[in-house]
Amino acid sequence: MTIPSYWRTRRQRLSLEGEICPHCRRHVFPPRDICPYCGGPAKAAASLSGRGTVYSFSLVHNAPAGFEPYAPYLVAIVKLDEGPLVTAQLTDVSPDEVSIGMPVEMVTRKLREEGEEGLIVYGYKFRPLLQAEAL
Amino acid sequence: MSVMKPLRAVGIVGYGAYIPRFRLSTTEIDRIWHGGEALAPIREKAVAGLDEDTVTISIEAARNALARAGIAPSKLRAVWVGSESHPYAVKPSSAIVAEAIGATPETLGADWQFACKAGTEALQAAIALVGSGMADYALAIGADTAQGRPGDELEYTAAAGGAAYIVGPAEEALATLEGSYSYVTDMPDFWRRPMQRYPQHGGRFTGEPAYFAHTEAAVRALMEGLHIAPEEVTWAVFHQPNVRFPRRAAQELGFQPHHIAPGLLAEEIGNTYAGSALLGLSAVLDIAEPGQRILLVSFGSGAGSDAFLWRTTERIAERRSAAPFTRAYLARRTPIDYGTYVRYHGKLHMH
Repeated sequence: MTIPSYWRTRRQRLSLEGEICPHCRRHVFPPRDICPYCGGPAKAAASLSGRGTVYSFSLVHNAPAGFEPYAPYLVAIVKLDEGPLVTAQLTDVSPDEVSIGMPVEMVTRKLREEGEEGLIVYGYKFRPLLQAEAL
Repeated sequence: MSVMKPLRAVGIVGYGAYIPRFRLSTTEIDRIWHGGEALAPIREKAVAGLDEDTVTISIEAARNALARAGIAPSKLRAVWVGSESHPYAVKPSSAIVAEAIGATPETLGADWQFACKAGTEALQAAIALVGSGMADYALAIGADTAQGRPGDELEYTAAAGGAAYIVGPAEEALATLEGSYSYVTDMPDFWRRPMQRYPQHGGRFTGEPAYFAHTEAAVRALMEGLHIAPEEVTWAVFHQPNVRFPRRAAQELGFQPHHIAPGLLAEEIGNTYAGSALLGLSAVLDIAEPGQRILLVSFGSGAGSDAFLWRTTERIAERRSAAPFTRAYLARRTPIDYGTYVRYHGKLHMH
């Protein structure tokens, strides 16, 4: 990840910050200049709940450069409660525990390290909803 | 010397825990290194996953603390992370955590270092920042992914986890501060030089002159200064490098087993270093009733102890269910074997 890209994407990457389109009121993620739904200018930052469900998923064995230490790992398309679809890794779950429609929540985790001397890139992943234990 | 008290009354307005889901049993460590014949100090320890470190542990604990406080993250004027396992030698963990929780840019950010008391040192400073009136809210975190040399006795207990505390005005607190005290000497019980992967320690020296002397001196000065007897305290939370040390210190200070039971987590998760006493406190806040006194005392090698006396308020019962309880993280448990542990912690050199 380039230094300008790390800086520019920090909020969306670390905390899933998106936008609400001021024209059609829909949630947009990732943030962009033009609303993908109504075509109007969209630049109003808005946080998303981080809650959603697994729309689809796959197990990655042949990882792209930088992700090899984590293989095999799960990648999913998550349907956020606010509407947008987000592609992200699943974490804290094994492949046999995942199913389509499973409720998940956003956590911030280490995405990759750029060698031993480079930046550590953190970003959003999703995990099964943590069930609060009754005391 | 007297007990420390801020000019303005302060307290804990939010708290949050985080413990990774992986557990390595000490029986498994025994099997590899000691033929299954050693006496393990605890049952199992919490181990960070491949994508977890002090920053990610801090972020989740901080989000839980914010949920309980019910304040906007932009109101935090300090984000302080205490740890001996910051992912960068130079680049603050606190800046990454502050950005992730939405506290940037109008905030202080710094990483604290004092072995296992780095988090409570940050907590003392947060009390001072809010207590002086410079800020309304300050966040102090203690978190670690501690490492012991393979085969060394520290490997049984060096664990991962953390907890976060938001200090704010006493009127909004779940637990108000009655006073605090800190005690430090130049003690060579445990250290790690730059660029070294694993720490060195003084073996038996880590007990009597280090853990017990500092912990007990800090607690005695605090309690005597506030004229509080052990029976006036409902819960006591100690730094927990194992189970034996906090039990003995509690007994020597006049506390009963029931004082320390709910905050003693070492048997289940090990020594989470800067997270250790602070996680114990979060487990106690999860169950405390309004009006109860809680003693918190840390110990950090090098060495020193920070002691605090808190009193819970009516708000504790209404706010604590706003985030997962410490028990929820204890119950979320995935056992791993030694080989998986070696992989997760980069102990294999591939090139």
